[in-house]
Amino acid sequence: MEFLNYLISGISLGSIYAIIALGYTMVYGIAKMLNFAHGDVIMVGSYVAFCAISYLHLPALVAIVLAMAVCTALGVIIEGLAYRPLRQAGSLAVLITAIGVSYFLQNAAQLIWGATPKNFTSVVGFKVPPLFGGALTVSGEAVVTIAACIVIMAVLTWFTGSTKMGKAMRACSEDKSAAQLMGINVNSTISMTFAIGSALAAVAGVLLCSFSPVLMPTTGSMPGIKAFTAAVFGGIGSIPGAFLGGILLGVIEALAKAYISTNLANSIVFAVLIVVLLVRPAGLMGKYVPEKV
Amino acid sequence: MNGFQSKWKGLKKTTKVDFATYLGVTAAFLIVSFCQSRGMINSSMGGMLVPICCYIVMAVSLNLTVGILGELSLGHAGFMSVGAFSGVIAAMSLREAIPAAPLRLAVAMAVGAVFAAIAGTLVGVPALRLRGDYLAIVTLAFGEIIKELINCLLVGHDSKGLHIALNISGSLSINDLHLEEGGVAIIKGAQGAAGTTKIATFAAGYVLIMAALVIILNLVRSRSGRAIMAVRDNRIAAESVGINVTKYKLMAFVTSAALAGAAGALYGLNYSSLAASKFNFNTSILVLVYVVLGGLGNMWGSIVATVVLYVLPEALREFDNYRMLVYAIVLIVIMLATNNDQIKEKLDAVRRRFTGKGEEARG
Repeated sequence: MEFLNYLISGISLGSIYAIIALGYTMVYGIAKMLNFAHGDVIMVGSYVAFCAISYLHLPALVAIVLAMAVCTALGVIIEGLAYRPLRQAGSLAVLITAIGVSYFLQNAAQLIWGATPKNFTSVVGFKVPPLFGGALTVSGEAVVTIAACIVIMAVLTWFTGSTKMGKAMRACSEDKSAAQLMGINVNSTISMTFAIGSALAAVAGVLLCSFSPVLMPTTGSMPGIKAFTAAVFGGIGSIPGAFLGGILLGVIEALAKAYISTNLANSIVFAVLIVVLLVRPAGLMGKYVPEKV
Repeated sequence: MNGFQSKWKGLKKTTKVDFATYLGVTAAFLIVSFCQSRGMINSSMGGMLVPICCYIVMAVSLNLTVGILGELSLGHAGFMSVGAFSGVIAAMSLREAIPAAPLRLAVAMAVGAVFAAIAGTLVGVPALRLRGDYLAIVTLAFGEIIKELINCLLVGHDSKGLHIALNISGSLSINDLHLEEGGVAIIKGAQGAAGTTKIATFAAGYVLIMAALVIILNLVRSRSGRAIMAVRDNRIAAESVGINVTKYKLMAFVTSAALAGAAGALYGLNYSSLAASKFNFNTSILVLVYVVLGGLGNMWGSIVATVVLYVLPEALREFDNYRMLVYAIVLIVIMLATNNDQIKEKLDAVRRRFTGKGEEARG
């Protein structure tokens, strides 16, 4: 029963990683760039939701929608101003620019909201009654997070598989110039990807802060790195891979914390990642593309 | 004099650049030392000298991995961390065996370099076989693992030798090492190294930079260096002419790690207390920024970029809270200006108007 408790907390933590990892993996798949500012978009989303709830006294659902709207706009603006001019440049130049954007967002947040941690009130109002006579406790947050992750996963799978925009995205990630020749507007498709990824980041931010209520300008960095790891773990560029990678990462982290060592939980997660990469270099669900000479 | 001139003209351009780099570093060292002896450098600037030397070595060594070998490493601070803490342990345990501080510092840097090289081999052997961005992810993971491991590390030294414990459960403390009377606690878990005797000097920093430059520039200009660059430019072609790809990749990567370790040892011995969290992902990224802004594969570029970018946040002090924001904007604008073709053309047009020779500027 104790194991089940840890497993559920692992899955809910993993669901948050999975939602963030979806943003990483979609952007990597289409723009072939590591968007290190993604973790900071999460933080901005959390702050917007925090302000909407604590200062404007809006209901939680409205706050989440507001955070998603702000983050979507932010994602599109960042892409247009900082990444689009570098579309033809080397990947390192884009990486450093992303780091610059990340510094910018963190320091802007520090100027606007201050460096002192804010206490985020959970957006989940209900409680789940204890199961099995109190042996199994599931928090309302865990239920909402896992549900949100499954819904997002299902919608994204449908979106990329069946809609025109989703097909355009897949075409762009396959071959940008061929997609352009087929009449796909590559720039607006990439903007759309950033918009979706950033909106997901806002959701992830709100859920993350509902679990651990401390909100600081650096809140997004570590979950950002972990979600990136999850995306690689599952096979970067693959949507089901991000889902699987995120959940597995969360479960490994929770179980390592419970049974091995709290201090070394992150190390164990990263060590598992290294082993997986050695055995399956393309990640769990990634496609292995052999080099042609 | 004439003989020297004809000799200088006969040298290759790269050799001239290398000599100019050595000369420039030496001149900068002499000028700064002179100013310092005259009291022209205030204490906040004086305190930055050793860290700047360490970061220069970090940047130059990372440039070997990123610029010459062409692999992205996001965990360079991890090697610095290994070097720093092994260097501190060596220096503190050898306090009685080697009373002379400069010699002890040299030994500590050597120990730091050796341990970082071992770590580099452990990371490199599996990771360098993978292709693509995987070295980046593995090194990132390595940096985080090292940070947590050192956070759990308890090390003390007394007359019986070193006492080492790994605080996995989180319940141990420095008292569990059962040090003798007069023994010293060197690393205290999450608190990191505390009570270290500061023996790092600016002169040692200069020597380390020169050593790093001599090692890297000689490696790059050698047969092995050409093999490394061949692997970077076209791995398949290099492999087909019989270059052992893994061997040369590992050579560059381990050299880079060892130099980072030596820099770490110098850095660690410049502060009386040092926590492992100092060497986190952000530190790795900071050094990467120095390398990319200085120019990939360009060693003197890395040196200049490190000095400028290390001093810049200090110079922006008057902007107070806005300084890191300004720093971020400067970083983004520089990347856009140097990598976007349209902006580059506009800059060239401006340059043409002023100098009248645009074609040269473009090359």
